[in-house]
Amino acid sequence: MTTTTPRTRTTTRVPGEARPAVAPRRGPRGVVWIPLAAVLLLVTVVVAVTIGPADVSVGDAAASVAGHLGMGGLVEAPSRLVDAMVWELRMPRVLTAACVGAGLALCGVVMQSLTRNPLADPYLLGLSSGASLGAVLVLLVGVSVLLPVAAFVGSTAALVATLLLAGASGGVTPARTVLAGLAVGQAAAAATSFVIFTSAQGDSYREVLTWLMGSVAGSTWTEVAIAGGAVLVLGGLLVSTGSVLDAFTYGDTAAAALGVHVARTRWTMLIGVAVLTGALVAVSGAIGFVGLILPHAVRFLTGARHRLLLPLSALFGASFLVWSDTAARTVVAPSELPVGIVTAAIGAPVFTLLLWRRRAA
Amino acid sequence: MSGLRIDHVSWGVGRRLIVDGVDCTAPAGAVTGLCGPNGSGKSSLLRLVAAIRTPAAGVVRFGEDDLTTMRRRDRARALALVEQDAHTDLPLLVGDAVLLGRTPHRAPLAGPTDADHAVAAAALARAGAAGLADRDVSTLSGGERQRVHMARALAQSPDLLLLDEPTNHLDVAARLETMRLVRSLAAGGITVLAALHDLDLAASACDHVVMLAEGRVVTAGPVDEVLVPDVVEKVYGVRCAVLRHPRTGRPVLAFDLE
Repeated sequence: MTTTTPRTRTTTRVPGEARPAVAPRRGPRGVVWIPLAAVLLLVTVVVAVTIGPADVSVGDAAASVAGHLGMGGLVEAPSRLVDAMVWELRMPRVLTAACVGAGLALCGVVMQSLTRNPLADPYLLGLSSGASLGAVLVLLVGVSVLLPVAAFVGSTAALVATLLLAGASGGVTPARTVLAGLAVGQAAAAATSFVIFTSAQGDSYREVLTWLMGSVAGSTWTEVAIAGGAVLVLGGLLVSTGSVLDAFTYGDTAAAALGVHVARTRWTMLIGVAVLTGALVAVSGAIGFVGLILPHAVRFLTGARHRLLLPLSALFGASFLVWSDTAARTVVAPSELPVGIVTAAIGAPVFTLLLWRRRAA
Repeated sequence: MSGLRIDHVSWGVGRRLIVDGVDCTAPAGAVTGLCGPNGSGKSSLLRLVAAIRTPAAGVVRFGEDDLTTMRRRDRARALALVEQDAHTDLPLLVGDAVLLGRTPHRAPLAGPTDADHAVAAAALARAGAAGLADRDVSTLSGGERQRVHMARALAQSPDLLLLDEPTNHLDVAARLETMRLVRSLAAGGITVLAALHDLDLAASACDHVVMLAEGRVVTAGPVDEVLVPDVVEKVYGVRCAVLRHPRTGRPVLAFDLE
């Protein structure tokens, strides 16, 4: 314990300034975006549930949801077919997409900030490759555990390997962490390719490819619970760290000079991001580009203040993935695309555009 | 009035000592220059004082406080560090960059208050950068950027200001402007310790100078006693004459080419 007496002097004094100038209240600029993004997400979820091979009206969807939430007496019940379609198929899928999109965008912001690397994404520590290896072992080799469990174990193993490798090479600095993640990711990817090459036959190729590209097809309320629980708990904690991430704006030394425990903060937040990403990858596979693009797009709209950037990225990420998944299941209906193809198809040109605009600005 | 006292501080990488038993003081309300050749340990010593590095031995005291064992947030309220070449790639307004300085003054997860905004605005004005508040930091010139860094440090309301080469890459007008600000802050009671490359600038702007070489203090004291031909020759291996500025009476170093 320190013996230092608490500082009681006024903390609002600027040195050498007898009377601090009173600043015009600048106000919480940009906060108006948050209700806008929340409304967008709500509309997105409602509309996405009505889109599909069979028409469902907004009223039917609302009635089905109300029925299952114990408010069935308030509205006329929809037919059992429509009810099953809304409640058993579309709602879980749309909500899983929303949770995964929110979580990935949030993790992307935190990773980009902690590593000071604009190309960072939630998979930077080799997580997606580790998860893929776990999933492929289940799908092809027939390791008899549930697929989400195998994927989560795989991503956790990759995280541990990355942090050990970075720690062994001299500390969890941004550069070392990124390089260690690259090494672990490449090793896991090689192992995954080896397993696919030696074991995959016939239709299993398609199944594996779908998982590797990322998909929320076939999501049930179990997936909603896993992804939603992880996003609410870990995502909620991450959203609250805006001030801490802001302190890293000018790098580690500047953060330390502002009173931040740099090493402890980085470890804690990296592990939080990794566990959240692991839970998301477990339900949806490795959906690319959401965690890379959304932070950049939102920063372009509102600037780099994390107290705004974190919640907005989560909200926009959720809407983005719901629309991407809606496109994935309707564009080539009755067949469907892995949603990772859609996010890449949208993400790559958007990223190019953002780079272009930023250069011009 | 409190001052900075560095007692027998050592720090190294592996077996090599970068800072080797440094003893020196920086009196309150004065500008103390930290001079010495490249690699003499100036930046390392500043980081040790800021407790970003932990000394292998020795104590750093500021007034009553032991800076090395103080709680992080209390320390960040007492001292501010202006790094050399601090930069960010993020799109950020100057006003928001300066607000970062308020971080140690509020709860870890809280946002800036009205009072924080007022202090940040006052700090910008104090650093002569009031008009820059709504600019993006990436659009600033070198001199403007330095003023913003100073404002960010002032927003911390420090009693001790550590500056690492604050005039690096600046033109002569911006250099003088920076040192004028530093002098007026010291006159207001702040203790300033500034690593300075430029001996002429140290001669014209510092009250005291600590001369380092190979991690050790060669000599320390009032500027007139430290920046003398013998010391400069011993430390840098160059010869010079010390003249008097005809108007200010301050020392001016004139170096021999032969």
